Amino acid sequence: MLFWTTIKLALRSLMSNKLRSILTMLGMIIGVAAVIAMLALGNGAKASIMKWVSQMGKNTITVFPHNPRIAPVLNGAAEPLTIGDARALLSIPGVKYVSPVVTTSMPVKWSNYHTYCSIIGCASTYILIHDFRVQSGQMFNYFDVRDMASVAVIGPETATRLFGSQNPLGHTITIGTVRFKIIGVLVPKGRHGWFDPDNQVLLPYTTAMTKLMGRQISLNHIDLQVQHASDLSPVQEKIQTILRIRHSLLAGDTDDFWISNQLQVIKMADRIGGAFTIFLGSVAGISLLVGGIGIMNIMLVTVTERTREIGIRKAIGARQRDILRQFLIESVLVSLLGGFIGVGVGVIASHYVKFRNFTGIVEPHMIVLALSISAGIGIFFGYYPARRAARLNPIEALRYE
Amino acid sequence: MELDKPLLELKQIVKRYHLDAGDVLALDHINLQIMPREMFAITGPSGSGKSTLMNILGCLDVADEGEYILDGEDVSELQGDELSVIRNRKIGFVFQSFNLLPRLSALENVEMPLLYAGIRNARGAATEALETVGLAERMHHEPAQLSGGQRQRVAIARAIVTNPAIILADEPTGNLDSRVGRDILNLFHDLNRQGRTIVMVTHDSNVAKHCAREARIRDGRVTDVLDHPPIGTQDVADIQPPLAAAG
Ligand SMILES: Nc1ncnc2c1ncn2[C@@H]1O[C@H](COP(=O)(O)OP(=O)(O)O)[C@@H](O)[C@H]1O
Ligand SMILES: [Mg+2]
Repeated sequence: MLFWTTIKLALRSLMSNKLRSILTMLGMIIGVAAVIAMLALGNGAKASIMKWVSQMGKNTITVFPHNPRIAPVLNGAAEPLTIGDARALLSIPGVKYVSPVVTTSMPVKWSNYHTYCSIIGCASTYILIHDFRVQSGQMFNYFDVRDMASVAVIGPETATRLFGSQNPLGHTITIGTVRFKIIGVLVPKGRHGWFDPDNQVLLPYTTAMTKLMGRQISLNHIDLQVQHASDLSPVQEKIQTILRIRHSLLAGDTDDFWISNQLQVIKMADRIGGAFTIFLGSVAGISLLVGGIGIMNIMLVTVTERTREIGIRKAIGARQRDILRQFLIESVLVSLLGGFIGVGVGVIASHYVKFRNFTGIVEPHMIVLALSISAGIGIFFGYYPARRAARLNPIEALRYE
Repeated sequence: MELDKPLLELKQIVKRYHLDAGDVLALDHINLQIMPREMFAITGPSGSGKSTLMNILGCLDVADEGEYILDGEDVSELQGDELSVIRNRKIGFVFQSFNLLPRLSALENVEMPLLYAGIRNARGAATEALETVGLAERMHHEPAQLSGGQRQRVAIARAIVTNPAIILADEPTGNLDSRVGRDILNLFHDLNRQGRTIVMVTHDSNVAKHCAREARIRDGRVTDVLDHPPIGTQDVADIQPPLAAAG
């Protein structure tokens, strides 16, 4: 009963001073909206990276050759990754597909149309490893790779840029100076920032290495897919063992290659998302702190203004804890009300503000968190003014004009 | 409540205020007994110690020396929240400036002491108290929408709603014009006739004459205790019909 009367009274005093109430709540509104928006954006960024990673195939491992720019000091000379290395990995138990990969960027031409895109030289299994599908025509096959056929499978974006709405199948494009027949077009995946899997050309790696890249023997990477997620670590260890032997590395030598698996990439994405959230969250935390100080300030003013009221309440029997509770309820009400409005603003903001290629994702636990923080701020910053009110001497309070 | 024993007893009460210029002896060994169902006045010139005495009687403050027995309980040594509880249960205040809570309706104002007493359903008792003071139809008005006399009636309803041992009124007619003031005094008479003990602090001798006994104080000492002849009940009945006995 007393509780409801107190809430009713608190609401009435908020309403009777609307402008002041809104100004007081503004700090909380901004802070909470920022918290929601930041958490949502961190979440959205993470989800976007995750989506991209999983779109690029399940249970994948990538082996890179030693990059002197990443690790310049090695005991011995670094050996390149070769087709022989790739073939050796096929025998590891748990490995499903292996594809050697060479990459470059080159102008691509058809008729009078030009575009510039990534050229991927790979095996026929590449599209299985990375979960690409063909929307028309077909992927080149084992024989095309063996025979160094001049065939190409192009991304949907590349197709549009060169052919507009025409069907590219059967046409011949020129990459650099070499002519390739288009035998397939891929299904779009959607671009991720600077990386666009829809604007690339897939060629048999044999053709790419001999005809386009001047008899290059070094691979840019080897892509693998394993059967199950549980195969990732054992296969990764096995790859390391095999490549160390093939590259004649001694016991103390560092690896002259680098292996990354999808789990590690996901963990990294998680860490990046987490760091993002923490950084932006602390920015939001500062505005909440400012909001809390605003509440404390206004509560101190309120207590002074209502000194006489406090005296009257004490005269008719209010104990310290009754007064304390009354003013705590008021400050929590202000901060919670600000919190609710802030949640609304934050949800709307994270829905409509597009950040690069992702939007914020709001989850219920964020709203619960934001509202708990608001209530906590109301209690924390309202406590000192409320205690001051509770400890007022009734005689002096009654005399206050 | 035993009718032949004092309801309220002050023994050798001393109160000092400490100022830079030296101590002020505001109450100088006060002895006073007020019996149950009395209507009692405390009078004296400005600065004589009336407010100080009123604060001690109302358990808003405690004496430096002496003993104060209220309704059989020694309250001289209580402090803080213990005093709040005594005020809530045993004392009903009526102030010169009404002291109602703004933004609460008359009914909510009268409910307040009951809510502080932890009573869950205070509405019935509060409505009854407002009926006793003749303000039942205005119970949903806020203080700002009521006249001075009506506000004082709400304050009186708030003072009686907990059935306290005494009602302490500090210049209850001081902010009212004489006709309205007389109505309020008549209301006090009615309450007194219904068995309530009333102590009134005033500097107005006409108000004091309404009380059966009057203690005069000067420089913190009780100089006289006077008996007044009862005032005709006819006068009261003319102004306001007799009220039903309060529960
Ligand atoms: N809070 C106080 N601090 C110091 N002196 C006070 C205080 N209150 C009252 N006094 C002094 O105590 C004496 C009695 O005052 P008070 O009880 O207010 O008398 P009254 O109500 O009859 O005018 C006066 O001399 C007054 O100045
Ligand atoms: Mg005075």
